[in-house]
Amino acid sequence: MSKVRVLVGTHKGAFVLTADGMRRDWRIEGPHFAGWDVYHLKGSPVDPNRIYASQSSSWFGQVVQRSDDGGITWQQMSNAFAYDGKPGTHQWYDGTPHPWEFARVWHFEPDPHDAQTVYAGVEDAALFRSRDGGASWHELAGLRDHETGSQWQPGAGGMCLHTIVIDPGDPQRIYTAISAAGAFRSDDGGEHWKPINRGLHSEQLPDPDRTVGHCVHRIAMHPARSQVLYMQKHWDVMRSDDAGEHWREVSGNLPTDFGFPIEVHAHEPETIYVVPITSDSYHYPPDGMLRVYRSRTGGDEWEALGRGLPERHCYVNVLRDAMATDALDPCGIYFGTTGGQVYVSPDGGDHWQAIAEHLPSVLSVEVQTLA
Amino acid sequence: MIRVVLPAHLRTLAHVGEREVVVAIEGEATLLAVLDALEARFPQLRGTIRDRASGARRPYVRYFACKRDLSHVSPETPLPNEVCEGREPLLIVGAMAGG
Repeated sequence: MSKVRVLVGTHKGAFVLTADGMRRDWRIEGPHFAGWDVYHLKGSPVDPNRIYASQSSSWFGQVVQRSDDGGITWQQMSNAFAYDGKPGTHQWYDGTPHPWEFARVWHFEPDPHDAQTVYAGVEDAALFRSRDGGASWHELAGLRDHETGSQWQPGAGGMCLHTIVIDPGDPQRIYTAISAAGAFRSDDGGEHWKPINRGLHSEQLPDPDRTVGHCVHRIAMHPARSQVLYMQKHWDVMRSDDAGEHWREVSGNLPTDFGFPIEVHAHEPETIYVVPITSDSYHYPPDGMLRVYRSRTGGDEWEALGRGLPERHCYVNVLRDAMATDALDPCGIYFGTTGGQVYVSPDGGDHWQAIAEHLPSVLSVEVQTLA
Repeated sequence: MIRVVLPAHLRTLAHVGEREVVVAIEGEATLLAVLDALEARFPQLRGTIRDRASGARRPYVRYFACKRDLSHVSPETPLPNEVCEGREPLLIVGAMAGG
């Protein structure tokens, strides 16, 4: 029988939640790396027992952990993230030049075809790659060296590269997103990059339609239809049908189009999920009522999903990397909150249940579907 | 031999149960020499006390010994005699900050 393993990164450690394919009875293990921020954990699609974890602290910096047994034991890997060459400067919050400084790993993206290759998205924004399972890291500097790099500016959470999407059908094609620079695409395995922000409109910028400067929160893609991308931007839910060349808004009837995560159903490429958040000033759900919204039309038309979710007095947030899907049928949808709850819907969003209720603030959720 | 007290999180990374570890120094016992020896013995600690790129002390880490704060003295400065002779430890401390 199939099984699911949910990897949860929190402000005070990592947790591994497992259940069989029914997804009713859950076993929770952890905390691993207790007391540390675990920004992200993700398993290799090639070898699911190989999992990478980003462990960090304001005191003691970045630690990279790897498990080769599905999260039971861990070994420390290299934390040497050295920018290529002389890093130069980006813009600081006040608009002055600020040197690039490594702070932490926000996101690991294991390669879809090679268990030894893994990508790391870091703050200050850059993309690193390891071809030896995390034993060494090398920057793909073409991204940071883009002619617009000196204009990039941090969002409130730091200037982080938080999203890495690899086209499984063409691993030379990689998408990244940076707060607050925008979305970028490489068609040559990460050597060269171009901004793909045409159609994004951000009132917070002096020129709302400029090439870079957009606070992209998250990008999602269905692996079977890689030309189509979905984006949750600071404000606005967006869609591209041409690999990011052009974007159009698909916020439609959402109660608010501010939010952080966006996900695609495992078997229905036009079914997508977001968690509307009141605004950039109020990082909690509208009316204190936690709702996931689902569109079965690839955007524009949305329905609220709330059966089993808090209906009042709920003032949590759901962060950009804290939503994921499994590959079972029916597809399971998962998300974690800043209040320490992890919810699952084993039926594509129709019904929800809490599978953990008192964890530390959840930073990330990833799901592995195991045979 | 230099006695070094590590904060709890670094003891976990280094897989040591004791509050203190001991490192051997060849030549003059400076802060720099002790940190180099510590990282050589426990490679897991690289980057956790000093920034990997610059070698600078991480902002929320402090070095104390003999009731003195050595965080701001040159790392090339010899450590106090009491530390060099093993009568007092060098303390590596995570600053009180945050929750």
